[in-house]
Amino acid sequence: MSSIRFDSESGRPLPIPNPTTQAFFDAARAHRLDLQRCPRDGFFFYPRSRCPRCLGDDWEWESVSGRGEVHAFTIDRVGHDPALRSQAPFAIAIVELEEGPRVTANVVGCAIEDVHVGQPLEVCFEDVDEHTLVHFRPRAE
Amino acid sequence: MKLAPAAIAGITEWKPERVWTRPMFGMEAMAQLAGELLDDTGIEKDEVDGLVIGGAMESPMFAPSAVAEYLSVRSNFNEVVDLGGATSAGMIWRAAAAVQLGLSEVVLVLCPSVPPPPPPDGGGMGSKMVMPAYLGGDSWGSPQGQFEIPAGLVAATPSFAMVASRYMATYGTSEETLAKVAVQARYNAQANPDAMFFGKPIDVQDVMDSRRVADPLKLLEIVMPCYGGGGVLVTTRERALRTPHRPALVTGYGERLTHKSITYAPEVLDTPIRVAAEKAFDMAGAERSAIDYAGIYDCYTITVVVTIEDAGFCPKGQGGAFVDERDLRHDGGDWPLNTHGGQLGMGQGGAAGGLSHITEAVRQIQGRAGQRQLPKCDLAYANGTGGMMAEQVALILEGA
Repeated sequence: MSSIRFDSESGRPLPIPNPTTQAFFDAARAHRLDLQRCPRDGFFFYPRSRCPRCLGDDWEWESVSGRGEVHAFTIDRVGHDPALRSQAPFAIAIVELEEGPRVTANVVGCAIEDVHVGQPLEVCFEDVDEHTLVHFRPRAE
Repeated sequence: MKLAPAAIAGITEWKPERVWTRPMFGMEAMAQLAGELLDDTGIEKDEVDGLVIGGAMESPMFAPSAVAEYLSVRSNFNEVVDLGGATSAGMIWRAAAAVQLGLSEVVLVLCPSVPPPPPPDGGGMGSKMVMPAYLGGDSWGSPQGQFEIPAGLVAATPSFAMVASRYMATYGTSEETLAKVAVQARYNAQANPDAMFFGKPIDVQDVMDSRRVADPLKLLEIVMPCYGGGGVLVTTRERALRTPHRPALVTGYGERLTHKSITYAPEVLDTPIRVAAEKAFDMAGAERSAIDYAGIYDCYTITVVVTIEDAGFCPKGQGGAFVDERDLRHDGGDWPLNTHGGQLGMGQGGAAGGLSHITEAVRQIQGRAGQRQLPKCDLAYANGTGGMMAEQVALILEGA
């Protein structure tokens, strides 16, 4: 039992949703970034059964702006995942969303040399097989 | 209630090897380490009444009882510790606490990381040390598998590179300053014949010229995973005083973890060691300025810079300046750091890699550090870091 599968064409790892995370991936499939929102503590990520601050279970799914900035990043020059070796070099960033939570994703749509801490980003989507990957790309400041 | 501190009476450590040619099952390795610890201390086998291990590959379930059975030990304190690179430091304070509470009198802390004999049906670990990229994060239901692995945030290097990029952007630290940490480690490794990089010193330019692996980290800033092994024997101060070597009292300890993935660290640059080290120094009643030896876990150069400042040895953001301005060498340094060469100089012998900072502290306190012996070592700080700057343990050791 695994939480990933490998795309038959590209060989890249894709997530296997579970009942708790399915709604996130369904939203991504519709090119929306939906996060859970706790009525007391606000948005949180990754999807969980309960709010990680208060452990309440009265959260609801809600779309967020998709805007954020690079909090930290790296350029993977070698492909630490053998399944992504052919994609290297590529940029990975911890993106801090305007709504607060941090999300790790690839930064696409610019030269990897241009990725920097504080860079304004917006969400974008890539359909792969039956799945949709969530990426971020530069947006005008 | 202040409890009398327990003591490390003896140590053992195997030379880290990239390729291991003497395969052993985990329990065979633990038996060998146990024998070496008894030899080092002169303590009798029948005195052993506590076991702290990191698991047993031949017995994934019931690991402590399997080891007690294999060693024929009647054990009153039995722990399996799972803290990545901080495992060995975490094992030692647990052993010390058990001794302080009177649960056990002689506890073996055993950290083997060697491959077993190859199974006849193939597979197995292989004689060359290779870390699996996903580190188990692809298990069914794992958040890491769904939200990190698809983006390529796997293994450890990209996560520490994230810390480095954030640190450099926040404090303006240069890649050359980070490189100095690796150069320093190699310098000290030249006085350690057991070090992987004994006979192979480097300079800052070598680090800068080495292959970029995960920006801003370059190959020579990254630890080399190895096979290895080590252990320590923890007992009461009184029993330790009746052994051949000066006891290293475990006078302070602290532990902290807040996250698994660096993505979800409460603050990327406020690392768990801050609280762990505060607790350790408070418990010991020791001053940071009085430390004679610092053993700072060094899986990457950035780990050392951030840990020095978060452990309180300099103000926040000054870790780079500290590394630039202080002399960290074993011979004449004003702040001797990882005198064995650290993992960057010695190689990372699995869980024994994190133990090496502590065995070196004990050697320095016991006057057994050979050509790298410090003129005076009565008070030592050592820490472990596991996972993605995630699980950290601080120890204070004092010579009895």
